Amino acid sequence: MIVGGGIHGCSAALHLAMRGHSVIVLEKDYVARHASGVNAGGVRRLGRDLAEVPIAQAAWQYWREIRALVDDDCGYRPSRYLKVARTESDLANIRRRVQELRALGFEHEEVVDRETVREFLPAAGDHCLGALHVDGDGSALPFRTTRAFMLRAQQLGARFFENTRVNEIARTDGIWKATTSSGVFEAPVIVNAAGAWSGDLAARLGDDVPVIAHAPMLMITARMPAFVTPVVGVFNGTLSFKQFDNGTVLIGGGARGTAYPETDETELNFGGMGAVLRTAKDVFPIMAKANIVRTWAGIEGYLPDNLPVIGPGTMDGVVHVCGFSAHGFQLAPAVGGIVADLVTGSRPDLRIEPFRVDRFNSVREQ
Amino acid sequence: MMADAYDLVVIGAGPAGMAAAATACTAGARVLVLDDQSTPGGQIYRAVENAGNWESNVLGPDYIAGKANVRTFRDSRVEYRAGAVVWQVTGSREIGYSYQGQAQIIRPRSLILATGAMERPMPIPGWTLPGVMTAGAAQTLLKSSALAAEGALFAGSGPLLYLIAYQYLKAGLHVEAIVDTTPRHNRWRALPHLPGALLNWQMLNKGRKWISEIRALGTPILKGAGELRVLGDEVAEGLAWRRHSGAWQEVSSSHVFLHQGVVPNINLSMAAGLQHDWDAIQICWRPRCDDWGRGSCDKIFIAGDGAGVGGAAAAHAAGRIAAIGALSDLGLISQGDRDREARGWRAVMRREMSFRPFLDAWFRPPDQLRVPDDENTTVCRCEELTLKDIRDAIAIGLNNPNSVKSFCRSGMGPCQGRFCGLTLQEIIARDTGRAPGEVGYYRLRPPIKPVPLNELANIEFDPVQQNDRI
Repeated sequence: MIVGGGIHGCSAALHLAMRGHSVIVLEKDYVARHASGVNAGGVRRLGRDLAEVPIAQAAWQYWREIRALVDDDCGYRPSRYLKVARTESDLANIRRRVQELRALGFEHEEVVDRETVREFLPAAGDHCLGALHVDGDGSALPFRTTRAFMLRAQQLGARFFENTRVNEIARTDGIWKATTSSGVFEAPVIVNAAGAWSGDLAARLGDDVPVIAHAPMLMITARMPAFVTPVVGVFNGTLSFKQFDNGTVLIGGGARGTAYPETDETELNFGGMGAVLRTAKDVFPIMAKANIVRTWAGIEGYLPDNLPVIGPGTMDGVVHVCGFSAHGFQLAPAVGGIVADLVTGSRPDLRIEPFRVDRFNSVREQ
Repeated sequence: MMADAYDLVVIGAGPAGMAAAATACTAGARVLVLDDQSTPGGQIYRAVENAGNWESNVLGPDYIAGKANVRTFRDSRVEYRAGAVVWQVTGSREIGYSYQGQAQIIRPRSLILATGAMERPMPIPGWTLPGVMTAGAAQTLLKSSALAAEGALFAGSGPLLYLIAYQYLKAGLHVEAIVDTTPRHNRWRALPHLPGALLNWQMLNKGRKWISEIRALGTPILKGAGELRVLGDEVAEGLAWRRHSGAWQEVSSSHVFLHQGVVPNINLSMAAGLQHDWDAIQICWRPRCDDWGRGSCDKIFIAGDGAGVGGAAAAHAAGRIAAIGALSDLGLISQGDRDREARGWRAVMRREMSFRPFLDAWFRPPDQLRVPDDENTTVCRCEELTLKDIRDAIAIGLNNPNSVKSFCRSGMGPCQGRFCGLTLQEIIARDTGRAPGEVGYYRLRPPIKPVPLNELANIEFDPVQQNDRI
């Protein structure tokens, strides 16, 4: 019984269904309604926390053949991904990062110099000194992707219940019983994939997952002439930036609106967009001519260390997969497999010890 | 920044907005009016200040009457910003707008939305071809720059369609034909409302006058038309339709002007998060408000056609009532004064609105012209999506405007759903067997109108500080 129809709930459902297990997904709104459906769609290995790199690599293997997994291309467009350095100290940080990765045996990230940045990003300003670079990351269409995971899972027998809000949870004789807005559901194992709402659910399952809901904002421009193919971020200044095939440019990266998870609403903060827009203009001078046509924000769950919780709960028959802190989209195809392992009692191949649920308890006790 | 010291900001300088602003000023309130046109008047009195004999003859006395409204507005002490584009309003009255190349955010003590009506979309095959526009857009060109097309074809229904065709004829232009899509059975549904309409018999007379003069000038009025489609591949070449008898008819013209009534323009009130109700009679959303025009968020009022279509005189009265209500809520006038001053305007409202049920029933656009049947008909113009694209999304189980939007991008373009929102909602309702009101509407994502990135990049706004000053 998976609570939450975001990409992680859907991926877990898919992996379980592929292995022949009976699975239900309870979603309080509709599948992909919140962060999973409205994020920037970054399929990014670049710049990940070292603990996440092995999972991101495993996920990338799925992304390369995403049609084989979900029978849909998910709008996935592999491209270059660059994180631009604008100062010498940023450049030094990039070099150190790549060395650390190499020491762990990962070769996918590399440092590229000023001339190469010029070659990859002809529209970038002159003060871009270099960049962290990955070839083969890219982006996908988040809503379509999440629905594709759902549809494939459904085809394999998973059952999805939308507009189904979990009101009460109880465990008797080894069975979880969820009383919802559309009836009672029972299962031996419950998966908490409730995103920004996972803290409440975790508490009812006996665990402390200090999730905070934020509303990262995204902006999109009117169509512009094609000027950039890679997805671009920057060091020291939050920005994520990409141009779609139709010419519109998506700008995200850090600016936040206000999240109201209790009513599922967000409020945008136009006063707070200045910094990211100035960075966008700074990296790509052509953006001074852009028109913003739409902005939005999704409700996403963040944890204090910006790493997710992936692991068994304290009580029997509980698995948490939540708190991805705005970078869970790319990981989902692989994390679903890990969750399926945890649900079925087998040991995941990938190391998930850094994501254990009790890590916040120990911090608090100290 | 002093901008937050406004007692009242009025968005829109049409009949409702002008009346509201002038009323509030006379009571000593500090009032700012934001309007995207270059002169006051709104759609109906567009450019009326500079109207001379030609305009008077062509556009008629109802138009010229707007001169007095504009003069009163100009003579008040209101701060008026022409060419100000409002692109965001929040439920806590934060207003984002662009004026003279700068984006600003202000937060007044009260707010009146007077953003008027917009034409209902008429998604027939070929409605996006060059040469096709709404009759309202054709009228805008006539009013603002005396631009007009010779030999145009007017198709659709409603008083405005006839008025604009009449104005075209008065301008000495040839009008090819008026193709009237009003369903014949509507008249039986309208009949019970006739006594109410008779309270405002001048209006009925006006309509009869237009029609008889149009006929006298030799323009054919072709009634009972259905299944309209614009002819032409690259540009409009004419219109084909099915007559009541079942036979097909065609008329050639390179200009086809479509119109099937107006609905409240709810983009700002929706973006502000105000509650709206589905009006099954007028087939549109209306912001929920009380009889002062108070919406569901604190000190936000809606006045005029934006709250429910009633025409210019009703809008003027509603503007005054909302201003009086706002002044009282701000403590600038007593409740006794409020109630006394509003009384006369309420009577005007009642008289004007008495005509609406009759009009609404008579001119109710047929389902077939609101909800396309032909799978190749464009639904979302900005993203170039057809009925088939929308149906593909519905087929995978998506059943509300927002999930369909997320899937296929409908309503994501610069018009923010103004051209497709109602159509999409009714398509989903029809295909999933639900009432349109149950299906809901797009969540509107500001900016409601495009804003230059440069302007947003320079905004300095500290909401906390602003709150402190209130």
